[in-house]
Amino acid sequence: MNETSLLVSLPLIAALVAAAWPRAATITGVIATLGNAGLAVVLAIRIGQGGAEAEALGGWAAPLGIGFAADGLAALMLVMTALVGLGVSVQVAGAPLPDAGRTGQRTAFWPLWLATLGAMNALFLSADLFNLYVTFEILGLAAVGLTALSGTRTALRAAFDYLSAGLAGSLLLLLGVALAYATAGRVDLAVVPELAGSHEGRVALGLIFAGLAVKAALFPLHFWMPAAHSSAAPEASALLSALVVKAAIYVALRLSIEGGAAVELLRLVLAVAGAGAMLWGAWHALRADRLKLLVAHSTVAQVGLIALAIGLTTGARDGTIWRAAALLMLSHALAKAAMFLAVGRITEELGHDRISGLNREELRPGAAEFAFAIAAISLIGLPPTAGFVGKWLLLDGLIDRGAWPWVALVLLGTVLSAAYLARVVSRCLRGGPHVAPGARRPAWRAGDAAALGLATAALALGLASALPLTLLDATLT
Amino acid sequence: MTELLPLAILMTSLGIAPVILALPDGWSRLRTALNLTAAGMKLALVAWLSWAVAGGAEFGLSLEIAPGLALALKADALSVLFLALSSVLWLLTTIYAVGYLEGGTDRSRFFGFFSLCVASTVGIAMAANLFTFVVFFELLTLATWPLVVHRGSAEAHRAGRIYLVYTLGGGLALTLGAVWLYALAGEVPFLPRGVLGDLPQTDPLAVTAIFVLLIAGVGVKAALVPLHGWLPVSMVAPAPVSALLHAVAVVKSGAFGIMRIVYDVYGVETVEALGLALPLAALAGVTILYGSIRALRQDDLKTRLAYSTVSQVSYITLGVALVSPVAAVGGLAHLIHQGIMKITLFLAAGNFAEARGVKTVSAMDGMGRLMPGATLAFTVGAFGMIGVPPLAGFVSKWYLGAGGLDAGQPAVIALLAGSSLLNAAYFLPILHRAWFRDPPEGAVPKRRIGWMLALPPAVTAALVVAAGLLANAPFSPLGWTRFIVSLEYL
Amino acid sequence: MTSDLVYHVAGAGLLAIALWRLATCRDTLRRITALNVLAIGIAMVLLASGHDPATGVTNPVPQAFVLTGIVVLVAVTAALLALAERLEGSSDE
Repeated sequence: MNETSLLVSLPLIAALVAAAWPRAATITGVIATLGNAGLAVVLAIRIGQGGAEAEALGGWAAPLGIGFAADGLAALMLVMTALVGLGVSVQVAGAPLPDAGRTGQRTAFWPLWLATLGAMNALFLSADLFNLYVTFEILGLAAVGLTALSGTRTALRAAFDYLSAGLAGSLLLLLGVALAYATAGRVDLAVVPELAGSHEGRVALGLIFAGLAVKAALFPLHFWMPAAHSSAAPEASALLSALVVKAAIYVALRLSIEGGAAVELLRLVLAVAGAGAMLWGAWHALRADRLKLLVAHSTVAQVGLIALAIGLTTGARDGTIWRAAALLMLSHALAKAAMFLAVGRITEELGHDRISGLNREELRPGAAEFAFAIAAISLIGLPPTAGFVGKWLLLDGLIDRGAWPWVALVLLGTVLSAAYLARVVSRCLRGGPHVAPGARRPAWRAGDAAALGLATAALALGLASALPLTLLDATLT
Repeated sequence: MTELLPLAILMTSLGIAPVILALPDGWSRLRTALNLTAAGMKLALVAWLSWAVAGGAEFGLSLEIAPGLALALKADALSVLFLALSSVLWLLTTIYAVGYLEGGTDRSRFFGFFSLCVASTVGIAMAANLFTFVVFFELLTLATWPLVVHRGSAEAHRAGRIYLVYTLGGGLALTLGAVWLYALAGEVPFLPRGVLGDLPQTDPLAVTAIFVLLIAGVGVKAALVPLHGWLPVSMVAPAPVSALLHAVAVVKSGAFGIMRIVYDVYGVETVEALGLALPLAALAGVTILYGSIRALRQDDLKTRLAYSTVSQVSYITLGVALVSPVAAVGGLAHLIHQGIMKITLFLAAGNFAEARGVKTVSAMDGMGRLMPGATLAFTVGAFGMIGVPPLAGFVSKWYLGAGGLDAGQPAVIALLAGSSLLNAAYFLPILHRAWFRDPPEGAVPKRRIGWMLALPPAVTAALVVAAGLLANAPFSPLGWTRFIVSLEYL
Repeated sequence: MTSDLVYHVAGAGLLAIALWRLATCRDTLRRITALNVLAIGIAMVLLASGHDPATGVTNPVPQAFVLTGIVVLVAVTAALLALAERLEGSSDE
C-alpha cells in the first residue's frame, strides 16, 4: 500500500464508515478529507522530484489487472480535488447546527462526498480506458446523490435529468471503449494514436469524446448542467461545478496529449464545442436573474474556455497550451468553489439570491461578497490570479501558432465574463440612497472562511504558478 | 537588506490594505493611525531609495511565475520620479480624505482600496518588465473602481460602469500586446534605449501593431483622445478620489506607461525609425487642444478640471513623442508638475464644495473673500497650469517649446501658445469671479474646514511655487528629469 | 456470419429507438426504460464484436465489459427509480 492505492481506498472506506455510522459521519469525513489532502501533497512532491510512477494493483499486470499511473498532471488534479474538498468540508463541518430537516442532509453529505472523492482520485490515477469508465460510473452516482441532497422538487428533477444524461454519456463511452478494444485489442491510454489510424478506431474515439462532452456539459450537450448546479445545495454545487465537471475535461485533456497529432480533427471539434459553450454560457449568465443560475451558467462558459484550450493544443508534450489548460482547470476549480460557497452564504443571510435585489439590502455579508469578488477576478482572468497566468499562457501559445481567430474568441469570452460577473460585483458595492447608514453585518461563519480561503488560494496561486507548472513537467511520456 | 527596499515600499501600502479592509467601520482612530503611519513610512523609504539611486545604487528582485515570466521589481531613476510623486501626494491625499470622509459610510472599504490603489501605482513605478507592469496596471483598475462608485448613487454606478468598460478594454489591448511581444521577443525587461534588438527590422509589421496595442492600452488611462471618455464622467467620485485619478495614480500611470514603452521597451530611436513618433506626437497635440476646448464650455467646476487634465497630461506624451532630449525633460518634469498643480486645484475645489456647496463655475462669485486660503491655492494651481512664470507649469512648457525647436517641429510652439491661451480662457474667468465679484447675499458655510482639509492644498500650492523657483536645485523635479534623460539619450 | 449481422443490426436499431425516445420524451419512467434499451443495444453490439466469425472463437473481454455494464446499469436504474419515486411523492414548491 502506497499513496496511490491509499488515495483511492481511504475515501471509499471512509464513505462506507460514514454511511454505516451517521453519528460519526462528520468526524470521519473531516479526518478522511484531511488525510487525503496530506496524501495528495506527498504524492505531488514525490512526483515533482522523482517523475511519474506506475503501479499494478494486487500485482496483476496490465491485460488482466488494474493499472494505476500517477504523473504530474494526475498529481495536480489530485491536489486540486483535495484543496477544494478541504474548503467545502470546512464549510459543511463548521456550519451551525441546523434544524431537524437539515441534520439528515448533513450526515448524508459525507458518504456522498467521500465516494465522489474516491471516484475522482481513482479516475485521475487510471491508466486505461475501461477503468476510466468504471470510475465515471461511481462518480456519476455519488454526484447525483449530491445534487439531490437538498431534497426539493427542482433538485430531484435536476438530479434525475443529470443521472439520465450521465448514463447516456457513460453508455456512449462504454461503446467507444469496447470498439477501441475490438479494434486494437487493448485499452490502455497509449492506444489512442493507434486508434486514430483506423476507421473503426476513429469511430471509437469519436464515441468516447461524445460521452465526455455530455459529462463535461459541452455545447450543445450542456442542457442538464445549469439546472443541476443551480438547484443543489451550495456545498454540493461547489463540488459539482468545481470538481465533478473537471473529471471529463481531464480525460479529454489526457486523450488529447496521448493522441498527439493523430487526433487533430477531434480536437478541432472539441475546440468548436468549447467556443460554443463559452458563448452560450456567457449569454445566459448575462441574462440570469438569480445568483446561483448565473454562477452555474458561468461554469458552462468557463468549461467551454478550457475545452477550447484543450482543443487547440498542438499535441506536443512540451507545448504551452495544454499547460495553460491545466492551470485554468486548477484556477477555475478554486475560484468556482469559492464562488458557490460565497453565494451560499449570501443566500443564507439575505434569504434570497435575486441579483437585482442585492444592492437593496441593509444586511451586508461583506466577507462572502469579497470572496465572490476575488473569485470573479480569477475567473475573468485578471492579475494577479492564477486565471490571469493561465490566460496569458493560453494567448501566448495561440499567438505562437498564429491562431488569431481563436485569440479573438478568447478575448471575447473574457469580455463577456467580465460583463456578467460585474453585474454581481457592482451590486455588492452598495451604499448611497438605497441603504441606511447603519447597515448590519452578519456574524462570521465557517462558510465565509472557506469561501475566502479558496478565493485567496486562487489569488495566491497566480504568484505561485511556477509550482503547478513545474509539476506538469513530470507528465507521462 | 537594502535589496528588499522596493519590496518594503510596495508592502507599506499593499500589506496594509487587507488590514484596513477588515477593520470595522467605526474604528476610525486606528484606521487613520495605520494609514498615516504607512504613508509616512513609505515617504521615508522612498526618500532613502532616491538617495541611494542618485548615488548609483541598483535595486532589483524577481519571482518567477512561469517559464520566461517573472514578477520583477526594480528601482531606477524613472521609477524614483514617479515614486516620489505618488508617495508625497499619497500622504497629503490621505490626510485630506480622512477629513473629507469624516462621519461618512464605508470608510474601511474606501481606505482599503485607497491603499491598494497606491500599492498598484508603486508597483507600476517599480515594475522591471512588461509583465509586472501589466499586472499592476490591471490591479490599479480593479482597486480604483470601488472608489469611483463609492457614493453608491445611480450616477456613481454609471460612472463606474463607464470607467470599467474603458479601462478593462484598455487592459485587454495592453495584455494582448504584451503577450504578443513576449511570444515574439521572449522576455521584455525595461532597459534604457529599448530591448527589442533586431526585431523591428525582421518583423516591422507585428512590432508596429504591438506598439499600437500597447499605447492604446495605456492611452486609456492617460486619457488620450478618443480614449478619454471615462475621465469627465468619473467626476461624481468624492474629491480625494478625483485627486487620486488625476494626480497621484491613474492618469499618471497611463502617462508613465507611455514613457516606459517608448523609452525602455522600444527605445526612442526605434519608435522614430518605425515612423511612430510623429503620429503619437500629433495625437498628443490633438488631445491637448481638444481637452482645452471642451474645458471652456463646462460650468461644473470638476468637469472643467477633468477636461483640463485630458489636455495637460498629453504634454507628457508630447514630450516623450518629440524625439528630443530637451522635450523629454519638459515632458518628464510635467509628470510631477501636472500632478502637484492638478491636485491643488482638485483639493481646493473639494473644499469649495464641502464648505459652501459650490460646485459650478457660476457659483464661484466672491469665493476669494469667503475662503481666501483655498482660493489662493486654487489660484496658484491655475496660474501654474496657464504657465505663468516662475511657477512649475512654466518650466515644463519652456522645455517643451525648446524641445519642439530642437526636434525641428516649430509647430509645437504654436500648439503651446494656443493651449496656454485656452488655459487662460478657462481658468481666468473662475479667478475673476472668485476675487473680483461680491459673494451672494446671505451665503452661509455648510461645514467648517478643519486643518485636515485646509493643509494639503496649501502644501501642494507651495510645492508648485517651489518646483518653479527652485527648478535648478539638484533634487527638484527638473534636476532629476535631466538625470533620467541623460540615461535615455546618450 | 448472418447471425453476427443480425446482432449488429438489431443492436443498432435498439440504439436508434432509445436515443430517439430519450430526445423526445420527458416522462421519467419512459426515460428510464429508454436508457435500459440503449444499454441493451450497446450490449448486443459489443457481444457481436467479440465474436470472430473466421475462427469461431469468442473473445471473453467484451463479455466482461458487458457484464460490468449490466451491473452499472442495474445500479443506475435503481437510483433513477428511487429519484423518480421521490419526484412523484413530492409536490412542494
